[in-house]
Amino acid sequence: MSNKVIYAIYNDDDILMDAVKKTRAAHHHIEEVFTPFPVHGLDKAMGIAPTRLAICAFIYGLCGLSFGTWMMNFVMIQDWPQDIGGKPSFSYIDNMPAFVPIMFEETVFFAAHLMVITFYMRSKLWPFKQAENPDVRTTDDHFLMEVAVNNNEEELVSFFQKTGAVEVKVIEKH
Amino acid sequence: MYTFSSKLKTFALILMILGVLGIGYGFLTAPKDIQEVEKILAADAHEGHHEAHAVAVENSIQEAAEHKEHLEHVLHQLQNKPWAALYVACIFFMLVSMGVLAFYAIQQVAQAGWSPVLFRVMQGITAYLPVGSVIFFVFLVLCGLHFNHLFIWLDPEVVAHDKIIANKSGYLNFPFWIVRAAIFLIGWNLYRYFSRKNCLAQDESKDDSFYKKNFNISAMFLVFFIVTESIMSWDWIMSIDPHWSSTLFGWYVFASFFVSGITTICMVTLYLKSKGYLENVNTSHIHDLAKFMFGISVFWTYLWFSQFMLIWYANIPEEVTYFVTRIQLYNLPFFGAVVMNFVFPILILINTDFKRITWVLVMAGTVILFGHYIDFFNMIMPSTVGDQWFIGISEISSVFFFFGLFIFVVFTALTKAPLMPKRNPYIEESKHFHY
Repeated sequence: MSNKVIYAIYNDDDILMDAVKKTRAAHHHIEEVFTPFPVHGLDKAMGIAPTRLAICAFIYGLCGLSFGTWMMNFVMIQDWPQDIGGKPSFSYIDNMPAFVPIMFEETVFFAAHLMVITFYMRSKLWPFKQAENPDVRTTDDHFLMEVAVNNNEEELVSFFQKTGAVEVKVIEKH
Repeated sequence: MYTFSSKLKTFALILMILGVLGIGYGFLTAPKDIQEVEKILAADAHEGHHEAHAVAVENSIQEAAEHKEHLEHVLHQLQNKPWAALYVACIFFMLVSMGVLAFYAIQQVAQAGWSPVLFRVMQGITAYLPVGSVIFFVFLVLCGLHFNHLFIWLDPEVVAHDKIIANKSGYLNFPFWIVRAAIFLIGWNLYRYFSRKNCLAQDESKDDSFYKKNFNISAMFLVFFIVTESIMSWDWIMSIDPHWSSTLFGWYVFASFFVSGITTICMVTLYLKSKGYLENVNTSHIHDLAKFMFGISVFWTYLWFSQFMLIWYANIPEEVTYFVTRIQLYNLPFFGAVVMNFVFPILILINTDFKRITWVLVMAGTVILFGHYIDFFNMIMPSTVGDQWFIGISEISSVFFFFGLFIFVVFTALTKAPLMPKRNPYIEESKHFHY
C-alpha cells in the first residue's frame, strides 16, 4: 500500500486558516499542520480536542499539597516533636501557619514541574529527539499542511492549488 | 437606555423600610443602664449564675466593684452594638463602590481593550459613592459628638488614662481626623464626578480630548487613592483598636473591598445582561471579570495570611491580642471568612468553563460578598462589642437598609445615561472582545 501524502505549503497564516477550513469542509483528512509560530484559532479550525493539561496540573497540585502536608506532619509533629522557640508541635493544626509556605510551594512545584513533564511526554519531546521537520522553511516563514492521499492524487493536487498554496508536493512517506 | 423595573424598585424600597425599622428596633432595645445589663446577663446565665452570685456575695467588696466594672463594660458593648452594626454596613457598601471606582480608574489608565462596554455599569455603581460618603461622614461626625463609643480615642476620659492613646493624640484627634475624612471623601467624589462628566462629554465630542482628560485625571486619582486609601484604613478601621497596628493593613482592606467591587460589577452586569440591556457584553467579558474575582480573592487571602502569620509567628504580646480576641471570641466568623473568601472561590472559579456560567458566578459572587461583609465585621466588631457580638436584627437590618439604598441609587443612576459609550477609542475593540 502506498503511503503518499500531500504537502501544501503556504506563506501566510490567513490563507492557511482559509485553506484548513476549506479542506475540512471538503472532508479531506488533515494529518498535520506545521507553522513557525502559534496561529490563533488554528486548533479550533482543525477541530482538535481541547487540552487536558490544566486538569493534570490541578491534580498534580493536590498531590503536592498532600505531600507537603504529610512531610511536615511526619517530620515536625510525629517523628520528633521538639519545642523549637515555643512553637506548638502538639498537633498539625497547632503549628499549621508555619507550614503553609512549604505547603504552598510544594503545590506550585508539583503542579508546574509534573505538568511540564506531562507535556514533554505527550508531545514526545526529549533532548536527543530526531526533528520531524518536513520542510526547513516551516520554522521560518512557511506554513505546511499535510494531507493523506487515498487514490485521489490529481483531485487533491488541484484542490490545494486552488486554496492559494505557493507549492503543492506529493511525497512518499516511509 | 435602561429603565428601572418597578419590581426592583419596590424590592429596594422594601429592603430600606425593613432596614430602618430593624435599625430603630436595635437602638430602642439597647440597654440604657447597668440594671438592664444585669437583667440581660442574668437571663443569659440562667441558673448557673445564681450559684456564682451567692459565692460572690460572700466575697469582699473588691469583687463587688469588679462586678460593677464588668457590668459597665458590658453596657458599653451592648450600647455599641446597633452603632457598630450600622457602621459595618455603612462602610462596607461605601467601600464597595470605592472598589469599583478604583477598578474603573485602573481600566482607564491601563487602556484596557475589553472593559469600555462595562464603563457605564461601573459608573452606575459608583453613583452610590456620593450618597454613601454623606451618610458615612455624618456617622463620623456623630462619633465625634459622642453619640456612641465606637472609637475609644475620641473619649477624652479614656485618653487621659491611657498613655499609649495619649501618645498618638497628635494623629488621633477629632479635628484632624474629620478633616482628613472630608478631604478623602471629597477627593474621591470629585474624581467620580468629573470622570463621568468627561465620559458623557466624549460621546458628543468630535475628537478624543475628553478621553485624554479622563486618562490624566484617572492616573492622578490612582496616586491620590493609594495614599488616601492607606490612611483611610488607619483612620476608619484600625483606629478602632488604637493599641494595635499593622503595616500591611491598608493593602489588606483594599484587597477586601476591591474584590467586592469587582464582584459587584460582575453581578450587576449579569443582571443587566439577563434583562437584555447589554447586547455587546459577551461571555468573554464575564470571563474576564470572573478571573479578576478569582485572582483578587487569592490576593486578599495572601494578605490575610501574611498579616495573621507574621503576628502569630512572632507572637509579640502587644500585637497578638488582636488575633487572640478574634480566634477565641469570633472563631467561626474569623475562619469562616477565609473559607468564604478563599476556599470557595478558588475551587469554583478555577475552572474556565465555570467562569462563563451565570448561575455559578452569581453563587460565587454572593458567597464572596457575604464573606467580605464578614471580613469587615471581623475587623470592626471585636473592639466595639467584644464577646457580645451576634448577627441579629441590628446587623441584618443595617445590611438590608444599605443594600436597598445601594440598589435604588445604582439602578436609578443607570437610567440616566446610555449603557454603551459611543466615542470611546477602545469601544469597537471592546465590542468584539473574545477570549
